[in-house]
Amino acid sequence: MAAEKMALAKALTSSLRTALDSDPKVLVMGEDVGKLGGVFRVTDGLQKDFGEERVIDTPLAESGIIGTAIGLALRGYRPVAEIQFDGFVFPAYDQIVTQLAKMHARSLGTVKLPVVIRIPYGGGIGAVEHHSESPESLFAHVAGLKIVTPSDASDAFWMLRQAIECDDPVIFLEPKARYWEKGEVDPSGIPGPLHAARVVREGRDLTLAAYGPSVKTCLAAAAAAEEDGTSLEVLDLRSVSPIDFDAIQRSVERTRRLVVVHEAPVFFGSGAEVAARITERCFYHLEAPVLRVGGFHAPYPPARLEEEYLPGLDRVLDSVDRALAY
Amino acid sequence: MTVESTAARGKPRRAAAQRTAAKKTGTKQAAKTAAAPGTAQAGQSAQAPEMVQLLTPEGERVEHPDYAVETTPGQLRDLYRDMVLTRRFDAEATALQRQGELGLWPSLLGQEAAQIGSGRALRDSDYVFPTYREHGVAWCRGVDPTLLLGMFRGVNHGGWDPNSNNFHLYTIVIGAQTLHATGYAMGVAKDGADTAVVAYFGDGASSQGDVAEAFTFAAVYNAPVVFFCQNNQWAISEPIERQTRVPLYQRAAGYGFPGIRVDGNDVLAVLAVTRAAAEHARTGQGPTLVEAFTYRMGAHTTSDDPTRYRDKEELAAWEGKDPILRLRRLLERESAADEAFFADLDAESDALAKRVRESIRTMPDPDGMAMFEHTYADGHTLVDEERAQYATYLASFADHEGN
Repeated sequence: MAAEKMALAKALTSSLRTALDSDPKVLVMGEDVGKLGGVFRVTDGLQKDFGEERVIDTPLAESGIIGTAIGLALRGYRPVAEIQFDGFVFPAYDQIVTQLAKMHARSLGTVKLPVVIRIPYGGGIGAVEHHSESPESLFAHVAGLKIVTPSDASDAFWMLRQAIECDDPVIFLEPKARYWEKGEVDPSGIPGPLHAARVVREGRDLTLAAYGPSVKTCLAAAAAAEEDGTSLEVLDLRSVSPIDFDAIQRSVERTRRLVVVHEAPVFFGSGAEVAARITERCFYHLEAPVLRVGGFHAPYPPARLEEEYLPGLDRVLDSVDRALAY
Repeated sequence: MTVESTAARGKPRRAAAQRTAAKKTGTKQAAKTAAAPGTAQAGQSAQAPEMVQLLTPEGERVEHPDYAVETTPGQLRDLYRDMVLTRRFDAEATALQRQGELGLWPSLLGQEAAQIGSGRALRDSDYVFPTYREHGVAWCRGVDPTLLLGMFRGVNHGGWDPNSNNFHLYTIVIGAQTLHATGYAMGVAKDGADTAVVAYFGDGASSQGDVAEAFTFAAVYNAPVVFFCQNNQWAISEPIERQTRVPLYQRAAGYGFPGIRVDGNDVLAVLAVTRAAAEHARTGQGPTLVEAFTYRMGAHTTSDDPTRYRDKEELAAWEGKDPILRLRRLLERESAADEAFFADLDAESDALAKRVRESIRTMPDPDGMAMFEHTYADGHTLVDEERAQYATYLASFADHEGN
């Protein structure tokens, strides 16, 4: 397959297709993933090509989807379950936290749970309630789960393949506001490690660490700052559990300042964990406290207010200015 | 052609499968399973509870129009032995909790027939998803009883390989395992395997959403799963009336698969009904709900005090229906066991109890670093980092001791 420019959502479709092609144990399951191709069309055409036995429309019951995915994994399958929207994962939260995350450890390593849970997450598309949330911290707090989130089409393709090949349960968060962003995907390439962060823009004065939908925001912020003569480095964390602290440390030892950006609420968010760890690791390198930009401690607001809530360009640059002022 | 796609089209393969089942097993009960009159079928309105019974509390065999079980004296003795040894193991575990060797023990006292009858109905290739009280089923599956004690002593969260005996780990979150069983059964159907999957749960679990979702998924995909509900009348302190307004087995009708109530203290009836339900599953006819009507003679767990919420009279009434006593009466009535058998069994029980005591008292605590093991199959840098930090911390004491 030659390199091709495609939207992030289509890169996911292509990734699922190659996974279904290469391993007969891979299954795709979820609500409306069959004929409809999913509400975001990520599974478009898969049922037609791989049949109802492998691309399974499920009853409308999220706990049932994850609970049966666990059973299928115990039988030797590699289910890729789709939760339709971030806010709908909570009926399955019990199965994810009390069962899926712990079963490998409870079995003393004798059973493996290669289950991928795909969840479109994040805001910015003008959606109704429960369709714009960022629940990554609620999963990151649970040992036994891995959490990754791509920010561009190439990562979408490769990270989903790697998540499916992983023998651990993976929460695969898809930045729904970026589904239509196009990027080059080279299926003949060789991907880097699934949980490694990546410098997407080099800079000297401050590091912006972000993931998923916020990476694009940070790149825009870095471009704007450059016009003011400020050089920002942008680090795409890519993985929320584990977090590649070594990569953040390497960057911060050079730039000496760090701002973490995510859409999830700042309070108890992944930015807090990054701030604490980087403060420990880089205490003598830091010229300023690690700052965080993200959602507020309020329910995700109605769509007309979401631009206020989301960490946009101006709020990111405001934090950059504050960090540089130390 | 798969089971699921057949079910979706509603082709009459059910009848063919039924004939196959009858031919393969040659038994009366298998042939009659699919539409046995004693079962609640889809669309049927709630009716007065009926219960399959083949052995009365007085130890008399009775006929049932749809279920029968042929037994040799040796088989009857084997079932009796299973129940006696299971009860003895359970009593020993309760005693070990009282002595401080276990943190907790959920007794199966009174439910021996439900567990041994259903456990002995299965083949090695079938797969069981238990709650945390299926000590008798574990016995039938060949899981060493001492392995069940680890999690209650606090040395692990489940100390056996589920695939060694096709007996999954105990599940403490009520009803969660019914979905795992259903998913596993969906996989069995995809594989075209000749395997029944059994999901154990209780009357309290019947209120859980996961159980309702498991019924839905199993019905929609025609999964080869037997939902085996031990209705022991009590969910800790809450009576069955707090869980349901209809007999539990009748709920199956609303999902579109058969449900049947069996005398859960009658090992022969449980054996016959579970055999039929498992064969129903193996032959592509989909799920069955079996409600084993029984009674929790003891406390919910060793932390419970049932005297606060139930009458002595109720307990006494159920003591009269004791599952072991009634089989003993049958053995005596049919002269199927002599005094030497009972004496040998007493000695075997004592030996088992001794082995259980010794194994628990010599069970080592896990190594302090064990908690980091198996958190992930493919590793995780945070776990590696914390493990190393904790090892360094522990080593710092060794340094001091060295000084």
